[in-house]
Amino acid sequence: MTPQRAETLEWLVQRASAAVLALCVIVHLTVIVLAVQGGVTAKEIAGRVGGSVPWLAFYSVFVIAVALHAPAGLRNILREYTSLGRRATHWIMAAVCVLILGLGFRAVVGLYGLGA
Amino acid sequence: MKTHRNHANYWAFVLHRVSGLALLLFLPAHFYVLALAVEEAATLDMFLSWTEAPVVKLLETGLVILLAAHMTGGLRILAIEFLAWRDWQKSVVAITGGLSLAAGLIFLLNAG
Repeated sequence: MTPQRAETLEWLVQRASAAVLALCVIVHLTVIVLAVQGGVTAKEIAGRVGGSVPWLAFYSVFVIAVALHAPAGLRNILREYTSLGRRATHWIMAAVCVLILGLGFRAVVGLYGLGA
Repeated sequence: MKTHRNHANYWAFVLHRVSGLALLLFLPAHFYVLALAVEEAATLDMFLSWTEAPVVKLLETGLVILLAAHMTGGLRILAIEFLAWRDWQKSVVAITGGLSLAAGLIFLLNAG
């Protein structure tokens, strides 16, 4: 892939994931405000999302969208403030993507399993 | 002189960048704490009772405002990039700021 094509693809992925994240964040903020009213406990979290397929699907999409979105933003910062080359920034992006996917799905799948 | 810094859109850019970086740094901790619910529910509850402290509630309010600001600021960028330019877009920075602070206030009122 030419650097120009990669650049365009990264821009597109950042924008497409942003559109998905906007919807996810609206839902997330609503859930936060509703959940916090009665106080958040481990039991409350498990009761809300444990065993729920809709919440599993929602949080899976949320985690994937963040894992695609955040590395692109970080790349822009690294390119503007450091002298790292393309290759180095791409490795950092990949590492951040894998970290978010790993930690995110560990939490999402783990919480889903609590309802089983 | 640095006159560009006198423009609201410059500060919108700074806020979008700072909030994005802050949310990225917060995310691994958020996921780590959530995963405690699976095998260490008691540890999670200890942590959650710590979050009941007023100062932590204020920090959480800050996070809610950052999340809302990054989301509304991002929608502003998408509108500028994908929609035809309209004069109302000049007011969007103020609207995003207002919505973000409103989100923080709603959280704080419900968390109190």
